[in-house]
Amino acid sequence: MSSDKKNQSMVDRIWNFFASISLAVIVFTAISATSIVGTILEQQAEPERSIKFLSKMFGAAAPGVYKALDAMGFTDMYHSWWFLALLFIFTANLVICSLDRLPKIWKLVKEPIAPLKPEQFAVMPVKRELLLQGKAGEVKGAIISGLKKIGFNAEVREEEGAFQVYAEKGRQSRLGVYVTHFSILLILSGAVIGMLFGFNGSLNLPEGVTSSVAYTGNGGSIPLGFDIRCDDFEASFYENSDSPKAYKSLLTVIDNGKEVMQKQIDVNNPLKYKGITFYQASYGYSPSKDSVFRFTVTSNTGAREDVQLKFGETFAIPGSNVTARIAGFSPALGQDESGKLYTYAEMMNNPAVFLEFSEGGKLKYNQWVLKRYPQTWRAPDGTVEFKKLWGAQFTGLQVRRDPGVWLVYLGSLVMAIGLFAAFFMSHARIWVRLIDEKKATKVIVAGSTNKNKIPFEQKIDGFVKNLQSASGGQQG
Amino acid sequence: MDSSQLYGIASIAYILAMVTYISYLAFRNPTIGVAATTITVVGFISHTIAFFMRWNEFYDIGQLGVLRSIPLTNLYESLIFFVWCTILGYLVIEWKYRNRSFGAFITPIAGMALAFIDISGMSKSIQPLVPALQSNWLLAHVTMSFLSYAAFAISFATAMMYLIVMTDDRKSGGYLFWTFTLGIFMSILIAMGVDFLTFKIAVKTPEAFIQSFLFKSSFRSDSGTVVLISYLAVAAFIFLIWRYGYILKKVITSFSLSPDILDDLTYKSIAVGFPVFTLGGLIFGAIWADQAWGKYWSWDPKETWSLITWFVYAFYLHARFLKGWRGSKIAVVAAIGFVCTIFTYLGVNLLLSGLHSYGVQ
Repeated sequence: MSSDKKNQSMVDRIWNFFASISLAVIVFTAISATSIVGTILEQQAEPERSIKFLSKMFGAAAPGVYKALDAMGFTDMYHSWWFLALLFIFTANLVICSLDRLPKIWKLVKEPIAPLKPEQFAVMPVKRELLLQGKAGEVKGAIISGLKKIGFNAEVREEEGAFQVYAEKGRQSRLGVYVTHFSILLILSGAVIGMLFGFNGSLNLPEGVTSSVAYTGNGGSIPLGFDIRCDDFEASFYENSDSPKAYKSLLTVIDNGKEVMQKQIDVNNPLKYKGITFYQASYGYSPSKDSVFRFTVTSNTGAREDVQLKFGETFAIPGSNVTARIAGFSPALGQDESGKLYTYAEMMNNPAVFLEFSEGGKLKYNQWVLKRYPQTWRAPDGTVEFKKLWGAQFTGLQVRRDPGVWLVYLGSLVMAIGLFAAFFMSHARIWVRLIDEKKATKVIVAGSTNKNKIPFEQKIDGFVKNLQSASGGQQG
Repeated sequence: MDSSQLYGIASIAYILAMVTYISYLAFRNPTIGVAATTITVVGFISHTIAFFMRWNEFYDIGQLGVLRSIPLTNLYESLIFFVWCTILGYLVIEWKYRNRSFGAFITPIAGMALAFIDISGMSKSIQPLVPALQSNWLLAHVTMSFLSYAAFAISFATAMMYLIVMTDDRKSGGYLFWTFTLGIFMSILIAMGVDFLTFKIAVKTPEAFIQSFLFKSSFRSDSGTVVLISYLAVAAFIFLIWRYGYILKKVITSFSLSPDILDDLTYKSIAVGFPVFTLGGLIFGAIWADQAWGKYWSWDPKETWSLITWFVYAFYLHARFLKGWRGSKIAVVAAIGFVCTIFTYLGVNLLLSGLHSYGVQ
């Protein structure tokens, strides 16, 4: 019995600890303050890099400082046990705070507006009084329609020698705060599900290569359950510049030996298959002996031919004795100020081939052909359109499975609704008491709102003004 | 006339308005007040036309569709839009509250942002959109973020005014806070002005500017003496504000700005800014990141600082409603919130690295 009581108070104490707003304030501060460190110190970075960075601030003590920060988990702080613990306390605080206050609010939300007792009119925060001509029974209609005009659907109750008209709006909006809190829980639970049952990996896939796995950051491989092949990767640039316009990969999904899906993805447009999503994340240049040059060759007589060949090989211009050999290649051909040609980037920003044209085994002339510049395709004996160098690039894919993401989206939607209710809606109530007096009716208006008091009062004033101008009454 | 000339007119108008509003506070002449409003409105109209002209130019160049051509893709354009939102918010307040005194506190924020653009000499040219930004989320995420930044800027101005009016004990925390904050803000502005006068620079990127020019004529000068003098000047400046803060108080109180109105305005701006920031900044940002990068949250510095800002304003709201914090205590929280906002917006892009680094181009 007594131990039960003791337990109770212990539970109570824990409950009260988590229900306190002071804890919320401490947790907000703790999360914010520690997060700052993580934005300054690069996370999951190479130790040398971080030490170099720290030496700017701490000089020779940098390695020691790094060691200390590393021991405390600051080099990967958002995944450290203590940061997760902070997030856990935050969540517990949020849940228990909300539960602690919910019953009171729930009662308010469940109970519809009731008529006021006559003496309660005096203590309402907003109060107006006026006289209207006619009996209370006649004035009643004008009041109801007046309330309707400002958006309130009124109910009427007959009282001793009087009527009471009352209405309310936005009662449910009182739940806005709780809906917002709940949405944070939805988002966090989505994140936890994603962490427990999903994965985040990457995959560098050269053109023409198929893979059945993705790779995690620490080198482990994750089976996809199907195969994915990169058919083509293309980085395109804005005209005459090196600023990228689009990165596009053509991917094919092969499931059980059958090609089931093909899609061209780009940065804001991923491919999704069996719960796994492939995002265009990066790309790279990795030429090999097997990379294939593709040209469309047109002779001066108009004969056309598509050709494919490897570096060093020779093709003929259709209908002529002229042949061309791929003698040189640059992934990014540029020209310096003196007119000298050089390769200015390690990526295929401006691919160019150097062609040697011969006739009858004798070298005739040679020429650079640039993929991005059609004016360079024209040669004396025909046109060589440089279409692509295939098999020299890889696409960098971000591969993710996240069974919790729908909860995050749902939480976002719920949060939008909750915030709207919490900040832009209010629970407003109006009571109007009509009392018969000689020839006129005394009208007492009372109102209350939990938010946005000034617009609410303006509304009531407008309502009163309309009543007066309709019946020529005067405010008492 | 092209958009950059119209932006120029707007910049001059706002800086002129700042001076006029301040002289209105000083001389209390209603004609000066009307002039200040007129100048602001002229600047705002010219600004609005310029914004849409640039949108159109962007559309012509990028050919990505109307929605994706909103000119909000680099630091220059975002600062311009931030100023536009702030002035819009201010004009609404001036009209609703029929009080011009806020102008002297809000136009300096606009003026400071515009001065920063010119001083840093950041690139004003239209840059084509990199692949990551080619999304319809750009419009929603960025416009809503800046609307909320502007709302927070206004709450900062009113919170500072509140502190100026309500604190006069030179040893109280509130008084120390506002004199120090105002002193730092003004010092940074003056130091940037000195940079501008010394270097008259035009560098391509803000990064290059920060590396080689920012505060090089003051705090980061090669001459130790200049550095020492600069820091002493700041200390002296803060001391002067601290010593003579009551003059500012007198000026504000003489304009029938009751502390209640200021407190109310601070709360209202945050009550608009907070949900817009949560939805547009955090949630839309997360959804966009999810679709572009496959990660809705990756703790990159921009995201983390947004979260910190969000926590500070959440703190404000909870302290106000549940702990019943009022007065200078809560005004200090509001002011700190805006300091975090500035860091989220500028500090992260300029000083830290991360996925959002396109903002510095």
